Amino acid sequence: MSILLIAEHDGRTLGEASRRAASAARQLGEGYDVLVIGGPGCVGVADAAAGLDGAVQVLLCEDDAYADDLAEPVAERIATLVRDGGYDGVVAAGTSTGKDVMPRVAGLLDVAMVSDAVAVENGRTFIRPIYAGNALARVRCEDVVRVVTVRTSAFDSVAEADTAAPCERLSAGDHPPLSRFVDESLSAGDGPDLANARVVISGGRGLGGAEAFDMLRELAAELGAAVGASRAAVDAGYIANDCQVGQTGKIVAPELYLAVGISGAIQHLAGMKDSRVIAAINRDEEAPIFQVADYALVGDLFEAVPQLLDALRTRQ
Amino acid sequence: MKVLVTAKRVVDHNVRVRVRPDGSGVDTASVKMSMNPFDEIAVEAAVRLREAGQADEVVVVSIGEKAVTDVIRTALALGADRGIHVDTDAELQPPAVSRALAELAVRETPDLILMGKQAIDDDSNQTAQMLAGRLGWGQGTFACGIEPADGEVIVAREVDGGTRRVALRLPAVVTADLRLNEPRYVKLPDIMKAKRKPLEAMSLADLGVAGDAGLTLLGVSEPPGREPGVRVADAAELAARLRDEAQVI
Ligand SMILES: Cc1cc2nc3c(=O)[nH]c(=O)nc-3n(C[C@H](O)[C@H](O)[C@H](O)COP(=O)(O)OP(=O)(O)OC[C@H]3O[C@@H](n4cnc5c(N)ncnc54)[C@H](O)[C@@H]3O)c2cc1C
Ligand SMILES: Nc1ncnc2c1ncn2[C@@H]1O[C@H](COP(=O)(O)O)[C@@H](O)[C@H]1O
Repeated sequence: MSILLIAEHDGRTLGEASRRAASAARQLGEGYDVLVIGGPGCVGVADAAAGLDGAVQVLLCEDDAYADDLAEPVAERIATLVRDGGYDGVVAAGTSTGKDVMPRVAGLLDVAMVSDAVAVENGRTFIRPIYAGNALARVRCEDVVRVVTVRTSAFDSVAEADTAAPCERLSAGDHPPLSRFVDESLSAGDGPDLANARVVISGGRGLGGAEAFDMLRELAAELGAAVGASRAAVDAGYIANDCQVGQTGKIVAPELYLAVGISGAIQHLAGMKDSRVIAAINRDEEAPIFQVADYALVGDLFEAVPQLLDALRTRQ
Repeated sequence: MKVLVTAKRVVDHNVRVRVRPDGSGVDTASVKMSMNPFDEIAVEAAVRLREAGQADEVVVVSIGEKAVTDVIRTALALGADRGIHVDTDAELQPPAVSRALAELAVRETPDLILMGKQAIDDDSNQTAQMLAGRLGWGQGTFACGIEPADGEVIVAREVDGGTRRVALRLPAVVTADLRLNEPRYVKLPDIMKAKRKPLEAMSLADLGVAGDAGLTLLGVSEPPGREPGVRVADAAELAARLRDEAQVI
């Protein structure tokens, strides 16, 4: 079986998400090819992709048409490659790009798709969460081509290969102009990336304002953690949208997840309940977050957070 | 501009679903059902376009058993002009739903199809992208802003790391994210008015679409539970336990 892994990248570096998706690709078949598709100047990404353990070949397709991550040309190029290359599996990380592009690929190929796989049982059978993670579905893919996105928090990164895979260049397709990039505003990411951080500290409505998030950022800086949030905190404008953790936000599974002033609605739990250790600070001892917490601190966060910061600092 | 908006009937987001003891699925008998929250946002967006004079007709479609006419009525009460019920007792997956919607798009020729970004039952997040691919239209997923412009629609999309705007040539498919708007409450007079709005029914076969065969559900299980936790007295104890016991900091 031949598998194609779609590399996640920003034009310069290969995303950690790809290294994790590569683990799933390995479990699907013997080896896999990696497609690096993007604007001109992605050679560095291709070099990094060549070092993914299990990669057989890297395919590099650079063109202005792919520079802006627009789903229409990218999906069309992938679908053509799958047909021409006779691939019977396509795998990508379930990032916002993967979620945008991969179902369109499946639509173009007229096949079903498995979203957000958390386990690969065999080449055709997958486990994926449904109902905000309140149930796990075991599904078998019956189509000739399996199109899969993987929940990266559920897979480890593949190792670095001993020898680099060879790289071949692909030509661009001829795509109708269905969409164009206008502009973007990306948050200046200080500190580690939410999806890959070892420690995540999230705040909820209980923080009561944007200022209180500065307190969490201080704590995060002390622990090398990323800062996340509940939807309520994001909606109230305390913090940027892309910090939302949950069913419809980011799914994280760090070593430590600290929830501060978050009640623990099922939609929030869906995004963090697979963390290795969960700690929560909430003044309501009945808060549902405590049902998944390994360590429960019942109290006022405006007292507890500064005290925690002190406790961490005095020990060092 | 004509807008087609899709609405799926799903288990209400406040219901905590239970896996059936035989593992064949989740128990949806006698639980509260509602319109998928993202579809409510899509309907609201469509109605606002019409209220702003940017759209002249809003058609809502739902695919499923007879009971899905509830959500069509809700959408009509929210302000959609007419409804289409595609009748089927089969539990369709995104490929068949997108096939049916593609057929409808050919018949209805909308300029814009507004959908939810994901259905909160299957959490697939696929149907709109599949549909756009089938139709060969542009797509704007995870929208937090929609602005029609000359023959185009500018969509602000929520992506990892921030927001990016794309301009889509019309016709196009757009999916609503949570922050696109806050849907209005349905008022009683609107519910009465909605009863008089046209609601057309057709079968899946009328559209020439069969069910799905792409994915077989082998079983559904409860996610593994977590060990019960401990209550700590104060922040100092929390820090100590995280360091010495859990060894995560
Ligand atoms: C379709 C859909 C999708 C959704 N997706 C998501 C999602 O992806 N992510 C998400 O998070 N939510 C999501 N939600 C929203 C979710 O249902 C909850 O509304 C939300 O998570 C609540 O956020 P919260 O816990 O911060 O706020 P609240 O529920 O208001 O909880 C605030 C908590 O703070 C505590 N508190 C207040 N003051 C203090 C204090 N001084 N000290 C200590 N504790 C204090 C309170 O006791 C309370 O438990 C979604 C909802 C829907 C319908
Ligand atoms: N049976 C259905 N009837 C109407 N719309 C649907 C149906 N299934 C899916 N959709 C639409 O497709 C969106 C995405 O669904 P999904 O791909 O299943 O997550 C939903 O938010 C709906 O707008």
